[in-house]
Amino acid sequence: MMTNVPLLRMEGITKIFGGYKALDGVALTLERGEVHALVGENGAGKSTLIKIMTGAYGRDGGQMWLDGQSVNFRTPEDAQGAGVVAVYQEVNLLAYRTVAENIYLGREPRRFGFVNWKKMNADAREILERLGLNIDPRATLGSLNIALRQMVAIARGVSFNAKVVVLDEPTSSLTEHEVSILYDVVRRLKAEGVGVVYISHRFDELYTVCDRVTVLRDGRFVATRSLAGLEKIDLVCMMLGKRREELRQGTTAFRHIERRGDEAPLLRAENLTRGRKLNDVTIEAARGEIVGMAGLLGSGRTETARAIFGADRIERGEVYLEGKRLNLRTPGDAIDAGLAFLSEDRKAEGIIPELSVRENLTLAALPALSKMGIVNNARQREIVEKFMKRLGIKATSADQKIRELSGGNQQKVLLARWLCKNPKFLILDEPTRGIDIGAKGEIQALVGELAEAGLGVLMISSELEELVEGSSRVLVMRDGECVAELRGNQISQDSIIHAMAEGSAVQADQHVADDVSKQF
Amino acid sequence: MSQVGTTIEHGSTRGTVARAKFASFIQRQGALIALLLVCVVAALRYERFLTDANLTNILRQNSWPGLVALGMTFVILTGGIDLSVGSLLAVAGVVAAYLSGQGLIVALLAGVGVATVLGLINGVVIAKARIQPFIVTLAMMIAARGLALVVTSEDSVPVSRQATDFAWLGQGSLATLYIPGINFDFPLYIPVLILIAAFVVGWVGLNHTRFGRHVFALGDNEEAARLMGLNVNRTTIGVYTLSGAMAGLAGVILASRQGTGQPTAGVGAELDAIAAVVVGGTLLTGGQGGVGSTLVGVLLLGVIYNLFNLEGTISSWWQWVLRGVFLLAVVIVQNRLSARK
Repeated sequence: MMTNVPLLRMEGITKIFGGYKALDGVALTLERGEVHALVGENGAGKSTLIKIMTGAYGRDGGQMWLDGQSVNFRTPEDAQGAGVVAVYQEVNLLAYRTVAENIYLGREPRRFGFVNWKKMNADAREILERLGLNIDPRATLGSLNIALRQMVAIARGVSFNAKVVVLDEPTSSLTEHEVSILYDVVRRLKAEGVGVVYISHRFDELYTVCDRVTVLRDGRFVATRSLAGLEKIDLVCMMLGKRREELRQGTTAFRHIERRGDEAPLLRAENLTRGRKLNDVTIEAARGEIVGMAGLLGSGRTETARAIFGADRIERGEVYLEGKRLNLRTPGDAIDAGLAFLSEDRKAEGIIPELSVRENLTLAALPALSKMGIVNNARQREIVEKFMKRLGIKATSADQKIRELSGGNQQKVLLARWLCKNPKFLILDEPTRGIDIGAKGEIQALVGELAEAGLGVLMISSELEELVEGSSRVLVMRDGECVAELRGNQISQDSIIHAMAEGSAVQADQHVADDVSKQF
Repeated sequence: MSQVGTTIEHGSTRGTVARAKFASFIQRQGALIALLLVCVVAALRYERFLTDANLTNILRQNSWPGLVALGMTFVILTGGIDLSVGSLLAVAGVVAAYLSGQGLIVALLAGVGVATVLGLINGVVIAKARIQPFIVTLAMMIAARGLALVVTSEDSVPVSRQATDFAWLGQGSLATLYIPGINFDFPLYIPVLILIAAFVVGWVGLNHTRFGRHVFALGDNEEAARLMGLNVNRTTIGVYTLSGAMAGLAGVILASRQGTGQPTAGVGAELDAIAAVVVGGTLLTGGQGGVGSTLVGVLLLGVIYNLFNLEGTISSWWQWVLRGVFLLAVVIVQNRLSARK
């Protein structure tokens, strides 16, 4: 009997991208009929690991066994042939083709060399029914809603006589009802002895459908645990790389002065709702206040920012600036109203690498600096000099190409780009990610100064230290909801983690109280 | 509660579905409707239009461009483009004319073979070196044209006098179909028969073989096709090879019909082919369309040409202008319709 041999075992998996170790000795063991959660924050290496598992990437080290046999998949085709399939987050299917074709593409049943449409449709129907799905195999995929497309993707995976099915954030675009269909499908797979690797950011889901969890952080294996009996807070601690004991001791000094509550808020966002990504989020920020926003990946932090900034269409919700309701349909509207949004992805959304510091800095302000399409160079130079000095941007000259600058200085240029538009409210998404420690401090100090000068700031960050040190108030997001608001001496890494894990700050308060009593 | 949610969803989408269906119908059958309309107008306006001589003429004139368009259909369905077909056609014609003394089979195989190999080169470079089809086939278009001009010293190559069987390919006919009621004589010209056969084979190949389905998949979403484990390279190489072969066949037929292999034959043929494919209803972005619609596109453009000629007063430069405007209008309408979906 092979029952003692795990279905799939990966040991010491290493992957290097141009000198950078995306995975470093990662291990994963999947049993038959097990639903195994794979979790980790940004850059943890989840996607890389499953891409190696399913043959999309080769590996630079380590070994992998399927049913006790050493395997090395060179292509997704290879992996599929062996029964290891991935259903990716962005549904990778063909919109113009039928459901049956999408399921059998590449393995169309044939008769006399021709595609046997009848058999293909019948087989597809059978597989869909096996998963409890009532979908017409002859329907064009594009005519189905996103949830059903996802189910078709899973059906395709199953049709390979899959032993291992990887579901990469399967629920990220599903409604509650659709999620329950997915759960049903996952349970059927489990009952058939299929091993499921389940990637999700939603704790409720993990605890509902998964048996065990493997945590990755920064490309390294942290732990594999049974979910039954694992406290959520311990899971969060593992994901963030914090020790619980350390957290309690590490509560910082309460040097923040809370802003006055009687003043009308500078910005108020009410009942922001967008699918399952944002559920009735309401936030407020006063002039001169730095509101920190915490939450795990996928908790709705960035979505909140994007909703306020008009970058995503929301189903419901309103945004008020200085008591005036804003009509936000595009980021352009938000900018005109006085909002600024320094996005998380500097490289993709921010800098234009081949242009100079000067050009990058004044890009957004060009209309104001130009008359009839001609840029007023003198004024441009003046502004650039002012901001380079004020923010301490280190460059050989304003004409240096921005790609030659360090990450911290690039970030300052982007900040300056927004500031020269004189915004009233600034949203920062991960302002110090990928920036060295020194520059980090400078940027944090800068944000503090800006707030002193009357700017309202919403600062999203994954770094608890940054939130604890830099915010006058911390909002904690979880599964698309704002679950906790921490003020003054409630703000600590521990309380934030608790709210992230449990969805409330109650227990956290307890800890803080303990700590406070210890301190005094 | 969730039950209610789903019902509402269905209800609200019903109207959109109907509209999308209508849009997709127009997109698929629009060319056919246009073709019928143009034919009706032509029949009413010009007595000479609905004569057996004129109709067979339209078919005959469009037989070789139709073959090029057939190959182009496969390429465009994958989301690619083949600009080299005009030049490959010339190379094939020249080669076939040179070898016409060796008999039809040799000349035909050699002509088509050369163009097929050049098409294969297109495909291999596009698939393996991952260079855009536009650039690769543009380079091939220039180089192959140069090749045709060099080997012929810029002169046309006469078909051998003895090669009666070679001339048959482009000029012969099997029999004459007589339709008694309207008193029409339809000679079954060989190129027209080849065209029909090629489209039948092309239709079956596209709709009923794996290769054909993978052509669609590639144009639909190449990344998805790759992740689904399709051999994307093989399909890519296949369509350019096929396009080369079709261009070669067209070139040999043209040489046979004209009695010479012209190194300058088929200049601009790629544009006519692309126009026919697009007018027929195949999306330039790939993934949607088909062989049947291309045949309609070829005929539609052919009939419009024919109208210009019957009118007789439109100078050929103005014909170009009108063709350009027509093509643009079709693409705009297509774009609108597919955006609505």
